[in-house]
Amino acid sequence: MGSETAVRAEGLTKRYGGTTVLDGVDLRLERGRVLGLLGQNGAGKTTTARVLTTLLKADSGRAEVAGFDVATEARRVRASIGLVGQHAAVDEVLNGRDNLVMFARLHGLRPSAARARANELLERFRLGDAAKRPVGKYSGGMRRRLDLAASLVCTPKVLFLDEPTTGLDPHSRAEVWAEVRALVAAGTSVLLTTQYLEEADQLADHIAVMAAGRVIAEGSPAALKADLGGDRIEVVLHEAADLARAQAVIAATTGEEPLVDNDTRMIGAPVDDRVRTLTRTVNALHDAGIDVEDVTLRRPTLDEVFLHLTGKEAA
Amino acid sequence: MNRLAADTWTLTQRDLRHWVAQPTPVVIGLLFPVMTVLMFGFLFGGALSVPGGGNYREFLMPGMFALTMVFSMESTMAAVVTDAQRGVTDRFRSMPMASSAVLLGRSCADMLNAAVGLVVLVVCGLLVGWRSNGSFGATVLAFALLLLLRFALIWVGIYLGLLMNGPEALAAAQILVWPLGFLSSAFVSPDTMPGWLGTVAEWNPLSATVAATRTLFGNPGVGTSWAAENAAVFAVVWPILLVVIFLPLSVRRYRALSH
Repeated sequence: MGSETAVRAEGLTKRYGGTTVLDGVDLRLERGRVLGLLGQNGAGKTTTARVLTTLLKADSGRAEVAGFDVATEARRVRASIGLVGQHAAVDEVLNGRDNLVMFARLHGLRPSAARARANELLERFRLGDAAKRPVGKYSGGMRRRLDLAASLVCTPKVLFLDEPTTGLDPHSRAEVWAEVRALVAAGTSVLLTTQYLEEADQLADHIAVMAAGRVIAEGSPAALKADLGGDRIEVVLHEAADLARAQAVIAATTGEEPLVDNDTRMIGAPVDDRVRTLTRTVNALHDAGIDVEDVTLRRPTLDEVFLHLTGKEAA
Repeated sequence: MNRLAADTWTLTQRDLRHWVAQPTPVVIGLLFPVMTVLMFGFLFGGALSVPGGGNYREFLMPGMFALTMVFSMESTMAAVVTDAQRGVTDRFRSMPMASSAVLLGRSCADMLNAAVGLVVLVVCGLLVGWRSNGSFGATVLAFALLLLLRFALIWVGIYLGLLMNGPEALAAAQILVWPLGFLSSAFVSPDTMPGWLGTVAEWNPLSATVAATRTLFGNPGVGTSWAAENAAVFAVVWPILLVVIFLPLSVRRYRALSH
Protein backbone atom coordinates (compact mmCIF):
# COMPACT_ATOMS: atom_id res chain seq x y z
CA MET A 1 0.00 0.00 0.00
CA GLY A 2 1.39 3.35 -1.01
CA SER A 3 2.09 5.94 1.64
CA GLU A 4 -0.31 8.25 -0.18
CA THR A 5 -3.28 6.20 0.98
CA ALA A 6 -4.68 7.03 4.42
CA VAL A 7 -7.45 4.44 4.44
CA ARG A 8 -7.98 1.46 2.23
CA ALA A 9 -10.72 -1.09 2.75
CA GLU A 10 -11.32 -4.12 0.58
CA GLY A 11 -14.37 -6.33 0.69
CA LEU A 12 -15.33 -5.68 4.32
CA THR A 13 -18.24 -7.81 5.48
CA LYS A 14 -20.01 -8.01 8.81
CA ARG A 15 -23.04 -10.05 9.83
CA TYR A 16 -25.04 -10.06 13.03
CA GLY A 17 -27.07 -13.22 13.22
CA GLY A 18 -28.97 -13.32 9.96
CA THR A 19 -28.53 -9.62 9.19
CA THR A 20 -25.83 -8.50 6.81
CA VAL A 21 -24.59 -5.12 7.95
CA LEU A 22 -21.59 -4.81 5.64
CA ASP A 23 -21.80 -6.56 2.33
CA GLY A 24 -18.37 -6.08 0.76
CA VAL A 25 -17.32 -2.48 1.36
CA ASP A 26 -14.42 -1.08 -0.67
CA LEU A 27 -13.09 2.36 0.21
CA ARG A 28 -10.06 4.46 -0.41
CA LEU A 29 -9.03 7.75 1.18
CA GLU A 30 -6.00 9.59 -0.16
CA ARG A 31 -3.74 11.30 2.32
CA GLY A 32 -4.76 14.86 3.18
CA ARG A 33 -8.22 14.41 1.68
CA VAL A 34 -11.75 14.11 3.03
CA LEU A 35 -13.87 11.08 2.21
CA GLY A 36 -17.56 11.49 2.92
CA LEU A 37 -19.48 8.31 3.68
CA LEU A 38 -23.04 9.26 2.95
CA GLY A 39 -26.07 7.16 3.78
CA GLN A 40 -29.25 6.82 5.75
CA ASN A 41 -29.53 5.18 9.15
CA GLY A 42 -28.68 1.51 8.91
CA ALA A 43 -26.72 1.87 5.68
CA GLY A 44 -23.56 0.58 7.36
CA LYS A 45 -21.63 3.86 7.71
CA THR A 46 -21.04 3.60 11.44
CA THR A 47 -20.21 -0.09 11.25
CA THR A 48 -17.61 0.73 8.59
CA ALA A 49 -16.15 3.46 10.79
CA ARG A 50 -16.06 1.05 13.75
CA VAL A 51 -14.16 -1.54 11.74
CA LEU A 52 -11.67 1.05 10.55
CA THR A 53 -11.10 2.39 14.08
CA THR A 54 -10.44 -1.17 15.43
CA LEU A 55 -13.60 -1.15 17.56
CA LEU A 56 -15.15 -3.96 15.57
CA LYS A 57 -13.68 -6.95 13.75
CA ALA A 58 -14.94 -7.52 10.23
CA ASP A 59 -16.00 -11.08 9.31
CA SER A 60 -13.96 -10.89 6.14
CA GLY A 61 -12.09 -8.42 3.98
CA ARG A 62 -9.15 -6.32 5.01
CA ALA A 63 -8.46 -2.72 5.83
CA GLU A 64 -5.42 -0.57 6.38
CA VAL A 65 -5.36 2.76 8.16
CA ALA A 66 -2.26 4.99 8.04
CA GLY A 67 -0.42 2.00 6.57
CA PHE A 68 -1.32 -0.45 9.35
CA ASP A 69 -3.64 -3.42 9.22
CA VAL A 70 -6.68 -2.84 11.49
CA ALA A 71 -6.89 -6.49 12.46
CA THR A 72 -3.23 -7.35 13.12
CA GLU A 73 -1.73 -3.97 13.98
CA ALA A 74 -4.60 -2.50 15.99
CA ARG A 75 -2.32 -0.81 18.51
CA ARG A 76 -0.43 1.10 15.81
CA VAL A 77 -3.67 2.03 14.07
CA ARG A 78 -4.96 3.41 17.38
CA ALA A 79 -1.83 5.51 17.81
CA SER A 80 -2.46 7.08 14.39
CA ILE A 81 -6.15 7.92 14.56
CA GLY A 82 -8.63 10.17 16.29
CA LEU A 83 -12.30 9.27 16.63
CA VAL A 84 -15.30 11.51 17.09
CA GLY A 85 -18.35 9.30 17.57
CA GLN A 86 -22.04 10.07 17.44
CA HIS A 87 -22.25 10.91 21.12
CA ALA A 88 -19.71 13.23 22.68
CA ALA A 89 -17.58 10.53 24.30
CA VAL A 90 -16.27 12.58 27.19
CA ASP A 91 -16.57 12.24 30.95
CA GLU A 92 -19.56 14.34 31.99
CA VAL A 93 -18.52 14.62 35.61
CA LEU A 94 -14.96 15.79 35.01
CA ASN A 95 -14.21 19.29 33.82
CA GLY A 96 -12.93 20.02 30.32
CA ARG A 97 -9.28 20.22 31.28
CA ASP A 98 -9.28 16.99 33.31
CA ASN A 99 -10.90 15.20 30.39
CA LEU A 100 -8.19 16.27 27.98
CA VAL A 101 -5.38 15.56 30.45
CA MET A 102 -6.80 12.07 31.02
CA PHE A 103 -7.02 11.28 27.31
CA ALA A 104 -3.55 12.72 26.69
CA ARG A 105 -2.14 10.56 29.52
CA LEU A 106 -3.82 7.49 28.03
CA HIS A 107 -2.14 8.35 24.73
CA GLY A 108 1.16 7.99 26.56
CA LEU A 109 2.01 11.65 27.25
CA ARG A 110 3.82 12.41 30.50
CA PRO A 111 1.83 14.42 33.07
CA SER A 112 3.48 17.76 32.27
CA ALA A 113 3.21 17.22 28.51
CA ALA A 114 -0.41 16.12 28.92
CA ARG A 115 -1.28 19.29 30.83
CA ALA A 116 0.45 21.45 28.22
CA ARG A 117 -1.38 19.69 25.39
CA ALA A 118 -4.70 20.04 27.21
CA ASN A 119 -4.21 23.79 27.67
CA GLU A 120 -3.21 24.20 24.04
CA LEU A 121 -6.35 22.42 22.85
CA LEU A 122 -8.61 24.29 25.27
CA GLU A 123 -7.38 27.58 23.87
CA ARG A 124 -7.66 26.43 20.30
CA PHE A 125 -11.24 25.27 20.76
CA ARG A 126 -12.22 28.37 22.74
CA LEU A 127 -12.88 26.34 25.87
CA GLY A 128 -10.33 28.14 28.04
CA ASP A 129 -13.01 29.88 30.11
CA ALA A 130 -14.95 26.65 30.59
CA ALA A 131 -11.86 24.56 31.38
CA LYS A 132 -12.80 24.13 35.03
CA ARG A 133 -16.51 23.58 34.54
CA PRO A 134 -17.94 20.04 34.59
CA VAL A 135 -18.65 18.88 31.05
CA GLY A 136 -22.21 17.99 32.06
CA LYS A 137 -22.87 21.73 32.16
CA TYR A 138 -21.51 22.39 28.65
CA SER A 139 -23.78 23.25 25.73
CA GLY A 140 -24.07 20.74 22.89
CA GLY A 141 -21.68 22.75 20.74
CA MET A 142 -19.07 23.05 23.50
CA ARG A 143 -19.29 19.36 24.25
CA ARG A 144 -18.74 18.58 20.59
CA ARG A 145 -15.73 20.90 20.47
CA LEU A 146 -14.29 19.17 23.53
CA ASP A 147 -14.95 15.81 21.91
CA LEU A 148 -13.09 16.98 18.81
CA ALA A 149 -10.25 18.29 20.98
CA ALA A 150 -10.09 14.92 22.79
CA SER A 151 -9.69 13.13 19.47
CA LEU A 152 -6.78 15.40 18.58
CA VAL A 153 -4.62 14.93 21.68
CA CYS A 154 -2.23 12.73 19.72
CA THR A 155 -2.30 14.79 16.46
CA PRO A 156 -3.84 11.94 14.46
CA LYS A 157 -2.87 11.17 10.89
CA VAL A 158 -6.39 10.04 10.11
CA LEU A 159 -9.43 11.51 11.80
CA PHE A 160 -12.74 9.63 11.85
CA LEU A 161 -15.85 11.73 12.27
CA ASP A 162 -18.97 9.63 12.74
CA GLU A 163 -21.94 11.96 12.14
CA PRO A 164 -20.13 14.80 13.88
CA THR A 165 -22.91 17.37 13.60
CA THR A 166 -25.98 15.26 14.30
CA GLY A 167 -28.13 17.12 16.80
CA LEU A 168 -26.15 20.37 16.61
CA ASP A 169 -27.66 23.76 15.89
CA PRO A 170 -26.64 25.43 12.60
CA HIS A 171 -24.11 27.69 14.31
CA SER A 172 -22.32 24.84 16.09
CA ARG A 173 -22.45 22.82 12.90
CA ALA A 174 -20.69 25.60 11.00
CA GLU A 175 -18.06 25.73 13.75
CA VAL A 176 -17.34 22.03 13.46
CA TRP A 177 -17.10 22.36 9.68
CA ALA A 178 -14.63 25.23 9.99
CA GLU A 179 -12.52 23.19 12.40
CA VAL A 180 -12.50 20.18 10.07
CA ARG A 181 -11.40 22.40 7.18
CA ALA A 182 -8.55 23.78 9.28
CA LEU A 183 -7.43 20.26 10.17
CA VAL A 184 -7.49 19.18 6.54
CA ALA A 185 -5.52 22.29 5.56
CA ALA A 186 -2.93 21.20 8.13
CA GLY A 187 -2.61 17.82 6.42
CA THR A 188 -5.00 15.54 8.37
CA SER A 189 -6.88 12.94 6.37
CA VAL A 190 -10.56 12.75 7.33
CA LEU A 191 -13.17 10.06 6.95
CA LEU A 192 -16.58 11.55 7.61
CA THR A 193 -19.87 9.71 7.88
CA THR A 194 -23.00 11.76 7.52
CA GLN A 195 -26.68 11.64 6.71
CA TYR A 196 -26.58 15.14 5.33
CA LEU A 197 -25.90 15.62 1.67
CA GLU A 198 -25.02 19.22 2.39
CA GLU A 199 -22.39 18.23 4.93
CA ALA A 200 -20.71 15.82 2.55
CA ASP A 201 -20.95 18.48 -0.13
CA GLN A 202 -19.34 21.11 2.12
CA LEU A 203 -16.45 19.02 3.41
CA ALA A 204 -15.70 16.03 1.23
CA ASP A 205 -13.46 15.80 -1.82
CA HIS A 206 -14.88 12.41 -2.55
CA ILE A 207 -18.21 10.90 -1.59
CA ALA A 208 -19.12 7.25 -1.24
CA VAL A 209 -22.85 6.67 -1.01
CA MET A 210 -23.79 3.65 1.10
CA ALA A 211 -27.02 1.68 1.21
CA ALA A 212 -27.70 -1.75 2.67
CA GLY A 213 -24.07 -2.35 3.59
CA ARG A 214 -22.61 -1.53 0.19
CA VAL A 215 -21.12 1.45 -1.60
CA ILE A 216 -23.66 2.09 -4.35
CA ALA A 217 -22.06 5.16 -5.90
CA GLU A 218 -18.95 7.24 -5.48
CA GLY A 219 -17.25 10.22 -6.95
CA SER A 220 -16.65 13.90 -6.40
CA PRO A 221 -19.64 15.84 -5.05
CA ALA A 222 -19.93 17.65 -8.38
CA ALA A 223 -19.94 14.41 -10.34
CA LEU A 224 -22.56 12.83 -8.09
CA LYS A 225 -24.82 15.83 -8.34
CA ALA A 226 -24.43 16.06 -12.08
CA ASP A 227 -25.48 12.45 -12.15
CA LEU A 228 -28.62 13.41 -10.27
CA GLY A 229 -29.52 16.23 -12.60
CA GLY A 230 -28.48 18.88 -10.10
CA ASP A 231 -30.81 21.17 -8.20
CA ARG A 232 -34.55 21.64 -8.41
CA ILE A 233 -36.68 24.72 -8.82
CA GLU A 234 -40.00 24.78 -7.01
CA VAL A 235 -42.65 27.39 -7.74
CA VAL A 236 -45.78 27.86 -5.64
CA LEU A 237 -48.64 29.70 -7.37
CA HIS A 238 -51.20 32.04 -5.92
CA GLU A 239 -54.08 30.62 -7.95
CA ALA A 240 -54.60 26.93 -8.69
CA ALA A 241 -56.22 27.99 -11.97
CA ASP A 242 -52.82 29.05 -13.30
CA LEU A 243 -51.22 25.62 -12.78
CA ALA A 244 -51.59 24.35 -16.32
CA ARG A 245 -50.25 27.54 -17.93
CA ALA A 246 -47.38 27.76 -15.44
CA GLN A 247 -46.50 24.14 -16.11
CA ALA A 248 -46.09 24.93 -19.79
CA VAL A 249 -43.95 27.99 -19.04
CA ILE A 250 -41.66 26.06 -16.70
CA ALA A 251 -41.36 23.18 -19.14
CA ALA A 252 -40.15 25.70 -21.69
CA THR A 253 -37.64 27.48 -19.45
CA THR A 254 -36.13 24.37 -17.85
CA GLY A 255 -36.41 22.04 -20.79
CA GLU A 256 -37.67 19.35 -18.38
CA GLU A 257 -41.06 17.83 -17.68
CA PRO A 258 -42.21 19.53 -14.41
CA LEU A 259 -44.06 17.72 -11.64
CA VAL A 260 -47.29 19.37 -10.48
CA ASP A 261 -48.79 19.08 -7.02
CA ASN A 262 -52.38 20.38 -7.18
CA ASP A 263 -52.93 20.43 -3.41
CA THR A 264 -50.00 22.70 -2.63
CA ARG A 265 -50.17 24.52 -6.01
CA MET A 266 -46.51 23.66 -6.50
CA ILE A 267 -44.61 22.93 -9.66
CA GLY A 268 -41.12 21.43 -9.48
CA ALA A 269 -38.46 20.70 -12.07
CA PRO A 270 -34.74 19.95 -12.22
CA VAL A 271 -32.45 22.81 -13.29
CA ASP A 272 -28.86 22.66 -14.53
CA ASP A 273 -27.59 26.20 -14.37
CA ARG A 274 -29.26 27.27 -11.15
CA VAL A 275 -29.68 31.04 -11.04
CA ARG A 276 -29.91 31.63 -14.78
CA THR A 277 -32.79 29.21 -15.12
CA LEU A 278 -34.37 30.62 -11.99
CA THR A 279 -34.27 34.16 -13.39
CA ARG A 280 -35.54 33.03 -16.77
CA THR A 281 -38.41 31.13 -15.16
CA VAL A 282 -39.47 33.92 -12.85
CA ASN A 283 -39.39 36.45 -15.72
CA ALA A 284 -41.37 34.16 -18.01
CA LEU A 285 -44.01 33.59 -15.32
CA HIS A 286 -44.22 37.33 -14.74
CA ASP A 287 -44.57 38.00 -18.47
CA ALA A 288 -47.35 35.43 -18.66
CA GLY A 289 -49.17 37.31 -15.88
CA ILE A 290 -49.04 34.35 -13.47
CA ASP A 291 -49.12 35.32 -9.80
CA VAL A 292 -46.28 33.56 -7.97
CA GLU A 293 -46.42 33.08 -4.21
CA ASP A 294 -43.02 31.47 -3.60
CA VAL A 295 -39.97 30.36 -5.53
CA THR A 296 -37.20 28.15 -4.16
CA LEU A 297 -34.08 26.63 -5.59
CA ARG A 298 -33.00 23.60 -3.59
CA ARG A 299 -30.58 20.73 -3.67
CA PRO A 300 -31.90 17.24 -4.00
CA THR A 301 -32.58 15.72 -0.59
CA LEU A 302 -30.83 12.58 0.51
CA ASP A 303 -34.09 10.74 -0.06
CA GLU A 304 -34.10 11.85 -3.68
CA VAL A 305 -30.45 10.81 -4.05
CA PHE A 306 -31.29 7.36 -2.75
CA LEU A 307 -34.41 7.03 -4.83
CA HIS A 308 -32.38 7.95 -7.84
CA LEU A 309 -29.42 5.67 -7.05
CA THR A 310 -31.37 2.68 -5.82
CA GLY A 311 -33.77 3.09 -8.71
CA LYS A 312 -30.83 2.99 -11.08
CA GLU A 313 -29.42 -0.08 -9.30
CA ALA A 314 -32.67 -1.92 -9.70
CA ALA A 315 -32.96 -1.02 -13.36
CA MET B 1 3.75 -3.41 32.25
CA ASN B 2 4.74 0.18 33.04
CA ARG B 3 2.15 1.28 30.56
CA LEU B 4 -0.49 -0.86 32.21
CA ALA B 5 0.33 0.58 35.64
CA ALA B 6 0.32 4.16 34.33
CA ASP B 7 -2.99 3.74 32.48
CA THR B 8 -4.59 1.98 35.43
CA TRP B 9 -3.50 4.82 37.70
CA THR B 10 -4.84 7.41 35.23
CA LEU B 11 -8.24 5.72 35.28
CA THR B 12 -8.21 5.28 39.06
CA GLN B 13 -7.45 8.99 39.38
CA ARG B 14 -10.39 9.68 37.12
CA ASP B 15 -12.73 8.13 39.69
CA LEU B 16 -11.06 9.96 42.57
CA ARG B 17 -11.68 13.19 40.67
CA HIS B 18 -15.33 12.17 40.33
CA TRP B 19 -15.58 12.08 44.12
CA VAL B 20 -14.33 15.64 44.30
CA ALA B 21 -16.30 16.94 41.32
CA GLN B 22 -19.55 15.28 42.28
CA PRO B 23 -19.52 14.48 45.99
CA THR B 24 -23.27 14.06 46.45
CA PRO B 25 -23.59 10.46 45.17
CA VAL B 26 -20.46 9.49 47.11
CA VAL B 27 -21.80 10.99 50.31
CA ILE B 28 -25.18 9.32 49.81
CA GLY B 29 -23.39 6.04 49.10
CA LEU B 30 -21.53 6.42 52.40
CA LEU B 31 -24.52 7.56 54.43
CA PHE B 32 -26.95 4.91 53.24
CA PRO B 33 -25.32 2.12 55.29
CA VAL B 34 -25.06 4.48 58.25
CA MET B 35 -28.79 5.12 58.00
CA THR B 36 -29.42 1.38 57.78
CA VAL B 37 -27.36 0.84 60.93
CA LEU B 38 -29.44 3.41 62.79
CA MET B 39 -32.67 1.97 61.42
CA PHE B 40 -31.92 -1.65 62.32
CA GLY B 41 -29.86 -0.87 65.38
CA PHE B 42 -32.47 1.28 67.10
CA LEU B 43 -35.77 0.90 65.21
CA PHE B 44 -36.04 -2.86 64.49
CA GLY B 45 -33.23 -4.05 66.70
CA GLY B 46 -35.31 -4.09 69.86
CA ALA B 47 -37.63 -6.67 68.32
CA LEU B 48 -34.82 -8.78 66.91
CA SER B 49 -32.96 -11.34 68.94
CA VAL B 50 -29.36 -12.40 68.66
CA PRO B 51 -28.95 -16.18 68.38
CA GLY B 52 -27.21 -17.27 71.56
CA GLY B 53 -27.84 -13.90 73.16
CA GLY B 54 -25.88 -10.67 73.06
CA ASN B 55 -26.16 -7.05 71.98
CA TYR B 56 -28.01 -6.64 68.68
CA ARG B 57 -25.84 -3.77 67.46
CA GLU B 58 -22.71 -5.85 68.08
CA PHE B 59 -24.39 -8.57 66.01
CA LEU B 60 -25.49 -6.12 63.34
CA MET B 61 -22.22 -4.36 62.49
CA PRO B 62 -20.33 -7.29 60.86
CA GLY B 63 -23.48 -7.89 58.83
CA MET B 64 -23.55 -4.23 57.78
CA PHE B 65 -19.86 -4.23 56.84
CA ALA B 66 -20.38 -7.18 54.53
CA LEU B 67 -23.70 -5.90 53.22
CA THR B 68 -22.03 -2.63 52.22
CA MET B 69 -19.51 -4.62 50.19
CA VAL B 70 -22.41 -6.31 48.39
CA PHE B 71 -24.45 -3.18 47.76
CA SER B 72 -21.53 -1.25 46.31
CA MET B 73 -21.66 -3.75 43.43
CA GLU B 74 -24.44 -1.48 42.17
CA SER B 75 -22.03 1.41 41.71
CA THR B 76 -19.59 -0.82 39.84
CA MET B 77 -22.33 -1.89 37.43
CA ALA B 78 -23.58 1.68 37.02
CA ALA B 79 -20.11 3.00 36.21
CA VAL B 80 -19.51 0.29 33.59
CA VAL B 81 -22.91 0.83 31.96
CA THR B 82 -22.56 4.64 31.92
CA ASP B 83 -19.16 4.52 30.22
CA ALA B 84 -20.43 2.11 27.60
CA GLN B 85 -23.51 4.22 26.88
CA ARG B 86 -21.72 7.55 26.66
CA GLY B 87 -19.20 6.10 24.20
CA VAL B 88 -16.36 6.59 26.69
CA THR B 89 -15.56 2.88 26.63
CA ASP B 90 -15.31 3.04 22.84
CA ARG B 91 -13.01 6.03 23.05
CA PHE B 92 -10.74 4.08 25.40
CA ARG B 93 -10.84 1.14 23.01
CA SER B 94 -9.86 3.34 20.07
CA MET B 95 -6.78 4.60 21.94
CA PRO B 96 -3.33 3.00 22.09
CA MET B 97 -3.62 2.36 25.82
CA ALA B 98 -3.22 -0.89 27.74
CA SER B 99 -6.66 -2.43 27.25
CA SER B 100 -6.73 -4.27 30.60
CA ALA B 101 -6.27 -0.90 32.31
CA VAL B 102 -9.95 -0.07 31.70
CA LEU B 103 -11.13 -2.94 33.90
CA LEU B 104 -8.22 -2.75 36.34
CA GLY B 105 -8.74 0.98 36.85
CA ARG B 106 -12.40 0.32 37.59
CA SER B 107 -11.54 -2.30 40.22
CA CYS B 108 -8.81 -0.14 41.86
CA ALA B 109 -11.15 2.83 42.16
CA ASP B 110 -13.92 0.64 43.58
CA MET B 111 -11.54 -0.93 46.11
CA LEU B 112 -10.56 2.53 47.31
CA ASN B 113 -14.25 3.38 47.54
CA ALA B 114 -14.86 0.22 49.57
CA ALA B 115 -12.02 1.09 51.95
CA VAL B 116 -13.42 4.57 52.54
CA GLY B 117 -16.89 3.10 53.00
CA LEU B 118 -15.58 0.72 55.66
CA VAL B 119 -13.83 3.51 57.53
CA VAL B 120 -17.05 5.55 57.66
CA LEU B 121 -19.02 2.54 58.80
CA VAL B 122 -16.46 1.62 61.46
CA VAL B 123 -16.72 5.13 62.91
CA CYS B 124 -20.51 4.80 62.85
CA GLY B 125 -20.24 1.38 64.54
CA LEU B 126 -17.99 2.70 67.27
CA LEU B 127 -20.48 5.50 67.91
CA VAL B 128 -23.39 3.07 68.37
CA GLY B 129 -21.39 0.87 70.72
CA TRP B 130 -19.84 -1.74 68.45
CA ARG B 131 -16.37 -2.96 69.40
CA SER B 132 -13.98 -5.51 68.01
CA ASN B 133 -13.24 -7.85 70.89
CA GLY B 134 -10.75 -9.82 68.81
CA SER B 135 -7.00 -9.36 68.72
CA PHE B 136 -5.42 -6.73 66.46
CA GLY B 137 -4.41 -9.45 63.99
CA ALA B 138 -7.90 -10.95 63.96
CA THR B 139 -9.44 -7.53 63.42
CA VAL B 140 -7.15 -6.80 60.47
CA LEU B 141 -7.93 -10.22 59.03
CA ALA B 142 -11.66 -9.54 59.33
CA PHE B 143 -11.34 -6.33 57.30
CA ALA B 144 -9.18 -8.18 54.77
CA LEU B 145 -11.98 -10.74 54.33
CA LEU B 146 -14.48 -7.93 53.79
CA LEU B 147 -12.31 -6.33 51.11
CA LEU B 148 -11.78 -9.73 49.51
CA LEU B 149 -15.55 -10.10 49.20
CA ARG B 150 -15.77 -6.65 47.65
CA PHE B 151 -12.97 -7.47 45.22
CA ALA B 152 -14.81 -10.59 44.09
CA LEU B 153 -18.08 -8.70 43.68
CA ILE B 154 -16.37 -5.96 41.63
CA TRP B 155 -15.73 -8.56 38.95
CA VAL B 156 -19.30 -9.82 39.15
CA GLY B 157 -20.42 -6.18 38.79
CA ILE B 158 -18.09 -5.48 35.86
CA TYR B 159 -19.25 -8.60 34.07
CA LEU B 160 -22.94 -7.84 34.58
CA GLY B 161 -22.34 -4.20 33.62
CA LEU B 162 -20.71 -5.26 30.35
CA LEU B 163 -23.67 -7.55 29.60
CA MET B 164 -26.24 -4.81 30.08
CA ASN B 165 -27.30 -2.53 27.29
CA GLY B 166 -29.24 0.16 29.06
CA PRO B 167 -30.39 1.85 32.23
CA GLU B 168 -33.46 -0.42 32.48
CA ALA B 169 -31.33 -3.54 32.76
CA LEU B 170 -29.20 -1.73 35.29
CA ALA B 171 -32.20 -0.83 37.43
CA ALA B 172 -33.39 -4.45 37.33
CA ALA B 173 -29.99 -5.79 38.32
CA GLN B 174 -29.71 -3.27 41.13
CA ILE B 175 -32.98 -4.51 42.60
CA LEU B 176 -31.74 -8.09 42.40
CA VAL B 177 -28.81 -7.19 44.62
CA TRP B 178 -31.27 -6.64 47.48
CA PRO B 179 -32.36 -10.26 48.02
CA LEU B 180 -28.72 -11.29 47.82
CA GLY B 181 -28.03 -8.86 50.63
CA PHE B 182 -31.03 -9.57 52.83
CA LEU B 183 -31.22 -13.33 52.28
CA SER B 184 -28.24 -13.79 54.56
CA SER B 185 -27.26 -13.76 58.18
CA ALA B 186 -26.58 -9.98 58.07
CA PHE B 187 -29.70 -8.85 59.99
CA VAL B 188 -31.21 -11.98 61.47
CA SER B 189 -30.09 -15.52 62.15
CA PRO B 190 -31.02 -17.96 59.34
CA ASP B 191 -32.37 -20.22 62.14
CA THR B 192 -35.41 -17.92 62.34
CA MET B 193 -36.25 -18.38 58.63
CA PRO B 194 -38.33 -21.21 57.10
CA GLY B 195 -36.12 -24.26 56.56
CA TRP B 196 -35.17 -24.00 52.88
CA LEU B 197 -34.84 -20.21 53.03
CA GLY B 198 -32.57 -20.52 56.04
CA THR B 199 -30.38 -22.95 54.12
CA VAL B 200 -30.09 -20.53 51.17
CA ALA B 201 -29.22 -17.71 53.58
CA GLU B 202 -26.74 -19.94 55.37
CA TRP B 203 -24.90 -20.73 52.13
CA ASN B 204 -25.01 -17.20 50.75
CA PRO B 205 -21.37 -16.11 50.19
CA LEU B 206 -22.24 -12.96 52.13
CA SER B 207 -23.20 -15.04 55.19
CA ALA B 208 -19.83 -16.78 55.16
CA THR B 209 -18.03 -13.44 55.37
CA VAL B 210 -20.48 -12.20 57.99
CA ALA B 211 -20.03 -15.27 60.22
CA ALA B 212 -16.25 -15.28 59.77
CA THR B 213 -15.93 -11.60 60.66
CA ARG B 214 -18.28 -12.02 63.66
CA THR B 215 -15.91 -14.69 64.91
CA LEU B 216 -12.81 -12.60 64.25
CA PHE B 217 -14.31 -9.47 65.83
CA GLY B 218 -15.52 -11.56 68.76
CA ASN B 219 -19.08 -10.39 68.12
CA PRO B 220 -22.11 -12.48 69.09
CA GLY B 221 -24.49 -14.55 66.99
CA VAL B 222 -22.14 -16.57 64.80
CA GLY B 223 -24.60 -19.46 64.67
CA THR B 224 -24.08 -23.15 65.10
CA SER B 225 -24.71 -24.58 61.64
CA TRP B 226 -21.97 -26.42 59.83
CA ALA B 227 -21.62 -23.59 57.29
CA ALA B 228 -21.33 -21.03 60.09
CA GLU B 229 -18.80 -23.03 62.04
CA ASN B 230 -16.61 -23.40 58.99
CA ALA B 231 -17.26 -19.83 57.85
CA ALA B 232 -13.58 -18.84 57.76
CA VAL B 233 -12.96 -21.35 54.99
CA PHE B 234 -15.99 -20.28 52.98
CA ALA B 235 -15.23 -16.58 53.49
CA VAL B 236 -12.01 -17.24 51.55
CA VAL B 237 -13.23 -19.89 49.12
CA TRP B 238 -16.43 -18.16 47.96
CA PRO B 239 -14.77 -14.87 46.89
CA ILE B 240 -11.85 -16.66 45.25
CA LEU B 241 -14.30 -18.84 43.36
CA LEU B 242 -16.18 -15.74 42.21
CA VAL B 243 -12.95 -14.09 41.04
CA VAL B 244 -11.85 -17.23 39.23
CA ILE B 245 -15.18 -17.30 37.37
CA PHE B 246 -15.97 -13.64 36.80
CA LEU B 247 -12.56 -12.08 36.17
CA PRO B 248 -11.90 -14.17 33.04
CA LEU B 249 -15.55 -13.76 32.00
CA SER B 250 -15.23 -9.97 32.30
CA VAL B 251 -12.01 -9.89 30.29
CA ARG B 252 -13.57 -12.12 27.64
CA ARG B 253 -16.69 -10.01 27.50
CA TYR B 254 -14.62 -6.84 27.18
CA ARG B 255 -12.62 -8.32 24.32
CA ALA B 256 -15.82 -9.54 22.70
CA LEU B 257 -17.04 -5.96 22.38
CA SER B 258 -15.20 -6.03 19.04
CA HIS B 259 -17.34 -8.90 17.70
